[in-house]
Amino acid sequence: MSTVTTPATNETAQPESALRFDLAAIARWVQPEERVLDLGCGDGALLAYLSATKRVVGYGIENDVNRVIACLDRGVNVIQSNLDQGLAGFEDGFFDRVIMSQALQAMHNTQGILQEMLRVGREAVVSFPNFAFWKHRKSILEGRMPVSESLPHQWFNTPNIRFFTVADFTTLCDLLDIEILEWMGFDDQHQPLPPDADLNFLATLAIARLARR
Amino acid sequence: MAVRSVGVVSPQRMVFDEPLRLKSGGVLPRYELVYETYGELNAAKTNAVLVCHALSGSHHVAGYYEDDPKNIGWWDNFVGPGKPLDTRKFFVIGVNNLGGCYGSTGPKSIDPETGEPYGSRFPFVTVEDWVEAQARLADRLGISEFAAVIGGSLGGMQALSWALQYPERVRHVLAIATTPKLTAQNIAFNEVARQAILSDPDFHGGDYYRYGVVPKRGLMLARMIGHITYLSDDAMAEKFGRALKHGAFRYSYDVEFEIESYLRYQGEKFSRYFDANTYLLTTRALDYYDPAAEYGGDLAQAFARAQARFFVLSFSTDWRFSPARSREIVSALVHSEKPVSYLEIESKAGHDSFLLEHPHYHAAVRAYLNQVAV
Repeated sequence: MSTVTTPATNETAQPESALRFDLAAIARWVQPEERVLDLGCGDGALLAYLSATKRVVGYGIENDVNRVIACLDRGVNVIQSNLDQGLAGFEDGFFDRVIMSQALQAMHNTQGILQEMLRVGREAVVSFPNFAFWKHRKSILEGRMPVSESLPHQWFNTPNIRFFTVADFTTLCDLLDIEILEWMGFDDQHQPLPPDADLNFLATLAIARLARR
Repeated sequence: MAVRSVGVVSPQRMVFDEPLRLKSGGVLPRYELVYETYGELNAAKTNAVLVCHALSGSHHVAGYYEDDPKNIGWWDNFVGPGKPLDTRKFFVIGVNNLGGCYGSTGPKSIDPETGEPYGSRFPFVTVEDWVEAQARLADRLGISEFAAVIGGSLGGMQALSWALQYPERVRHVLAIATTPKLTAQNIAFNEVARQAILSDPDFHGGDYYRYGVVPKRGLMLARMIGHITYLSDDAMAEKFGRALKHGAFRYSYDVEFEIESYLRYQGEKFSRYFDANTYLLTTRALDYYDPAAEYGGDLAQAFARAQARFFVLSFSTDWRFSPARSREIVSALVHSEKPVSYLEIESKAGHDSFLLEHPHYHAAVRAYLNQVAV
C-alpha cells in the first residue's frame, strides 16, 4: 500500500525545464511509483518534481536546517540526518533508487555511503564533478586549482573534500563490487555527451547509475 | 504581545452523558471537558487543529483571561495570528484531559455516586482514552476531520494515537519532543515522582480532599525531579552553575546552591495549583503508552493503518525523550511508506525546548503548516 502521494498543494508540477539540468537527467531514470531516497536533497526540487510527475514514494535526507525548512515549504518529505553517519534506520533493499546528486565529493565516509546506498536501495544514482575534465586539467597544467561551474569554490573555501575523476570513481566501484549500469556525462554548456564519448576528458559533470554486482 | 496574541479568551465546557468506557476497564458514566478555541471554524469545517497538552498543561493554550491578564496560555508563542500555528488560517482547539485538574472531570470532581470527590476512586486513564474523549468533543463541535493534531511530549503521544485510533479523521500529525514509548529510565523517574506523592502523610490514599489537606511536599518533590529531567545539564550549568545562595557555605541542609533554590521555588509553586492525583494518573498514562505493544512491539505495523502525513520534531539536548526516540517513530513510518518529515532542532534547553520560541523550530512548523490545505 502506498500512501505517500503528491502533496496537496503541488498538484501543478513544475516543468522539467525548471529543474537543474543534472536533476532533470536523473529524473528521467526514475520509473513511476518507485520508492526513492534522495540524499542531500537540498531544497527538495527533485523530489517535488518526481512526486508530482511520477507519483514516487519519496523521502529526502538533508542535514542543513534551512534546506530542511525549504523542503517543508514545498511539502516534500524530508528527514534530517547527517549522511556521514550512514543510513541507519532504513531497511535493506527498501528503496528502488537512492540518489545522491553532487554531494559525494563533500562526504567523509565515501566508501561507507556508497555501500549504504546500495544496501537500502536496489539501484543508486550518483552525480559528481569530474576533476579530470579537460579544462580542469588545463588549469592544473597552468599551475592553478580549477574553478568552474561544477567546482565553483576556491581551494580555501570549498566544502568539497574529495577530488576525483570518472576513472577514479570507476576504480572505486570495482573495489566495492558495484556495477556501473549506465553513465551520463555533460559538458560545461550542460549538453549531454554522446554515449561513446570519453567522459573522463570531456565531462564536467558525470552521473552514474549503480547496482550491486 | 497585543498584535500577535489571540487576545482575551474564555474556557468553555461540554457535558457528556454517554458513558465512557476506559482502557483500564473503568467507566465514567458522565463527564465534562473544558476547552478553549482560537480562530474561526470555516464553513466546510476543514481548518480545525487540535492541540494536545503535556503533563502539567491544560486547555489554556493561548491568549489570556480578562480577569487574569497574566495567565497567558502555555503555548502562546506558538499559537496566534501570524504565529507558526496561525489562527488566521486555523481553528485551534485546546482541551483539558480527563483526569486533569483544570476543569475537566478529574479526581477532585464530585463522583455522582457518592456526592464526594472521586479521589482514589477515579479510574485510570490512558492516552487512548483521552483521544476517545477528544473525538467525542470533536463530534459535538461538528468536526469530522482535523487538519492537524499537534502535541509535544505527552501531547505528542496523543497526536500519534489520533492517527492510529481515528486514521480517517486526521490529515496531519505534528509529534514534537515525544516518544513511541517510555524507557525504563523514564518510568523510573515517574516512579520516584509518584512515590514522593504516595508517601506524603497528607496523601490519605488519594482521598486528601475530605481532610482538607493536599500532599504538598510529595507534589513538590515530584515536580522537582520532573523539572530536572526537562532541562539539560548545559542549560542548568549556564543558568545556575554552582552559584551560592548566600555567598558562602553555611554547612546546612537548607538552600546552599541557587539551583536548589530554583527547584524548591518551582516545586512549591506547582504544589499550590496542581492536583496530586492528576499527577499520579498522568505519569501512569505516560508509562502505559505503547502503541506497538499489541503488534508484538512492531511499531511499523502499528502505524500501518495511519492515513495522516507526519512531521516529527526533536531537540538535540532532550534527554527525557531523546532524538533517537523520535527517529524510531520516523523509521517505523518510513517502513510503512507513510509521508513523514523529521527535524532535530539544535537547542540547549532540553525537553522544555518544545515550549520555547526558537527560530528554526518555529520556522519549520510554520513552513509545514503553510502546506496544510484547509
